[in-house]
Amino acid sequence: MNRIGLFAPLALFAVVLAIGYFGFQLDDPHRLPSALIGKPFPDFAAERLDGEAGGLVRRADLLGSPVLVNVWATWCPTCKAEHDELLRIRSRAPVRIIGINYKDDPVKARRWLAEYGDPYELNLIDADGALGVELGVYGAPETFLLNAGGDVVFKQVGAIDEQIWQQEIAPRLAAMGVPVADGEARIDAG
Amino acid sequence: MRVSALALLLWCLPGWGASPVDVYAFPDAEAEARFRALIAEFRCPKCLNTNLAGSDAPIAQDLRAAVHRLVVREGLSDAEVRDYLQARYGDFVLYDPPLKAATLLLWGGPILFVLAGLGLIAWRLMHQRSAQLSDADQARLAKILDDA
Repeated sequence: MNRIGLFAPLALFAVVLAIGYFGFQLDDPHRLPSALIGKPFPDFAAERLDGEAGGLVRRADLLGSPVLVNVWATWCPTCKAEHDELLRIRSRAPVRIIGINYKDDPVKARRWLAEYGDPYELNLIDADGALGVELGVYGAPETFLLNAGGDVVFKQVGAIDEQIWQQEIAPRLAAMGVPVADGEARIDAG
Repeated sequence: MRVSALALLLWCLPGWGASPVDVYAFPDAEAEARFRALIAEFRCPKCLNTNLAGSDAPIAQDLRAAVHRLVVREGLSDAEVRDYLQARYGDFVLYDPPLKAATLLLWGGPILFVLAGLGLIAWRLMHQRSAQLSDADQARLAKILDDA
């Protein structure tokens, strides 16, 4: 064996090291891909936060047009940061936004909406997180984008911001035939 | 005075002063054993490298409650509980991921390494044999040793 050959194990070790070093950075280990993508939004029955009559809200009430289902709570600081973006989306695209008030105090939640503005068409109460478990939710905020047939097209874990809206949600809404006001977005951003 | 002393005594009893976190009732020891085994088996979705049993994250508490409900009240089998959690949280919650296209490297990797090792050993053995001295070299070697 020649002298250069002696360095082969060292080189191999360096390669393995490099694969390990870069390989573990490729993917966010916290990323939990939703098991619901491409599948129907689960059946549920939940009370309304506003206490309005009309009985429980069910899955059938989400069908008919694309809808954003946003899981939020007043105890969640990231939800506060996301709230303005939801209000902007509300003014920008005619998409239904349904809130799920997750493991929260309804009184605080109603006060929050009165104080900071209400981007939601309606809000559901998930007091004990049982609906969240059905949805594979493991924190707040999380947002599902459903098509008119009630299938989950996209899920965002963490806050929706301008970038997520522009890159992930608006194109999908446009593809589903929802007119997305792009110009307004730029004025808002500026 | 006597009432407050009594209250203090009661408070000292095991269970009274303890925090009411995760107190579950079980119909029998078998259900409890299954519950303990299941919550030890799943990974907490919020925290890496912690199982449901060992995590304080709110979602882990919720999932422990869900597993308890499925095992005790709905009478699901272990396999059904696994399916339930996997359907909602994906492979992420399983410490024992299923064999499929995306996990092929994970399961096949060790076999690949063993094969590569065997190949290396075979290559070394063959290389050694070819490195044995020819008859002419042996004669030369004997001559050198004789001279010395």
